[in-house]
Amino acid sequence: MLAFLLRRFGQSVIVVALMATIVFFGVNVVGNPVDMLVSPEADQAEIERVIRDFGLDKPIIEQFWYFLKGAAQGNLGTSFIFGEPAAQLILERMPATMELAICALLIAVVFGIPLGVYAGIRPQSASARTIMAASILGFSLPTFWVGIMLIMAFSVQLGWLPSTGRGDTATFLGIESSLFTLDGWSHIFLPAFNLALLKMSLVIRLSRAGTREVMQQDYIKFARAKGLSFARIVRVHLLKNILIPVVTVLGLEFGSLIAFSVVTESIFAWPGMGKLLIDAVLQLDRPIIVAYLMIIVVLFVTINLIVDVLYSLLDPRVTLTGQSS
Amino acid sequence: MSEVTVNAKIGNTRKEQGQTAVFLQRFTENKVAVVAFVILVILIFLALFAPWITPQNPYDLAQVDFMDGRMEPGEQAFAGYTFWLGSDGAGRDLYSAILYGLRISLTVGVASGLIALALGTAIGLIAAYAGGRTETLIMRLVDLQLSFPAILVALMLVAVMGKGVDKIIIALVAVQWAYYARTVRSIALSERKKEYVEAAKSLGLSSTRILFGHIMPNCLSPLIVVATIQTAHAIALEATLSFLGIGLPQTEPSLGILISNGFEYILSGKYWISMFPGIALLITVFSINLVGDQLRDVLNPRLAK
Repeated sequence: MLAFLLRRFGQSVIVVALMATIVFFGVNVVGNPVDMLVSPEADQAEIERVIRDFGLDKPIIEQFWYFLKGAAQGNLGTSFIFGEPAAQLILERMPATMELAICALLIAVVFGIPLGVYAGIRPQSASARTIMAASILGFSLPTFWVGIMLIMAFSVQLGWLPSTGRGDTATFLGIESSLFTLDGWSHIFLPAFNLALLKMSLVIRLSRAGTREVMQQDYIKFARAKGLSFARIVRVHLLKNILIPVVTVLGLEFGSLIAFSVVTESIFAWPGMGKLLIDAVLQLDRPIIVAYLMIIVVLFVTINLIVDVLYSLLDPRVTLTGQSS
Repeated sequence: MSEVTVNAKIGNTRKEQGQTAVFLQRFTENKVAVVAFVILVILIFLALFAPWITPQNPYDLAQVDFMDGRMEPGEQAFAGYTFWLGSDGAGRDLYSAILYGLRISLTVGVASGLIALALGTAIGLIAAYAGGRTETLIMRLVDLQLSFPAILVALMLVAVMGKGVDKIIIALVAVQWAYYARTVRSIALSERKKEYVEAAKSLGLSSTRILFGHIMPNCLSPLIVVATIQTAHAIALEATLSFLGIGLPQTEPSLGILISNGFEYILSGKYWISMFPGIALLITVFSINLVGDQLRDVLNPRLAK
């Protein structure tokens, strides 16, 4: 276990280093940083001053070295627009995004697993076919358009829920979250549901496939032969076994939820890190883009690591030492 | 051409005809997929012939009247025709704008899909055939890329490169190639061990010829499935990026841009400007996905009855 952890950690560090290199050279070589840094009206003296201040006259390798040194100390540059450290700006907005992503994940699981299990137990029934067609529809729905339609239906036409922003927050057990206020709930419902749709389809398909496989197994037949009630078979024998792949995939998908929240946050004006990124891209706020990328890479690598470890704990058949990658 | 090869070719065609018939029969078993396919064909025709079947060229300023702005569905235009789907803020007929937008969306999606298919297939084949370090390097790269969501990769590339049709296509190719490479490599690995490759080798054929002439045709059916699904993804992804304002420029109004233009009117209750282009996008992506889903069931030998 320890050997596995160490090797896996080493790999993670390599991935982060690799991505840092790609991001740095991508943003600094492909795009012209001077164009992004200086306003078009600036005169030659101003341009030269900025180039000197930001060290852009130094060789690229030397710049890279400074970038790495800064990154190792948690300093990922200062935002041009806000004039504050980029990493700090992003971390300030991270709780809002996490809140949204966790709610979306919960919605996806609560609706997705029962639907998927049902479709898997009676694969030929009309309702199962409808569920499966609906799950393809869920894959095909453009997230951003669904968001707009949700606003139209529930905020504009019905006037039930607010369309933009995050509600009041309250602090409970030292965590500040909008989930502790009623206003917060009313604000988070639409964006969370919007973000959940895509993953709900995935959960449905995963749990259906898992159910179909598990229902063929001998232990299910044996449980039936023992005369156990169907409800008990589903709850104990089926659910326990299909949960392993579902949990694994959802763990990995959590990162993609955070990435996709870029879209949802823009539509619902949710003050998270995704909205910050889009604004930064539109305003060419380069340090924010680089910092966001580095933070997200670290986040992803961490999630992958945690999922790998959890997987081994959930499924005693997996032995980590024997894994090749 | 020698007699033997001619005969072999005839034999091949016959065999392929048989396969095609079986394929068609199995594909049409699922009525939903057939309907989806028909809708897809209709959409492609509508997009191709947009200039001849729309009442207005929405991007010819002479034909657009600002006085016609924000008309509700069913209202009459100044020029006499009816806005069946309403008009947008600038007085463009939405039905016309959607067909023109569909053209752009489909072109970008299919073009990026084809380029990614070619590139990914070549890279995957090379990985499988070369083996050793080359393979490890390529596959690690594939793993690395696939561990990040497509939208994030595309977002970053567009952020760095800027707007434009060519840039969006590059970004879409960059997020798709890895899927093709992974698929092709896994099939090519199992194909490489088969007798026909050994036979081709002992005949002294060059590796390029074995790779592209013998192994590649056997990778085709899974590739078709991946290509269908990926094209749907590409279309949706382009729409998303364009909606966020970092995809296509306003001069190339794809469906995503139409939806984005309608977003500002949503709060005033003018639902149609965003809704109808969105429905068009949804129908397009949904029907491609339905066709792809059925193709996967039909072409997957493990599921054959």
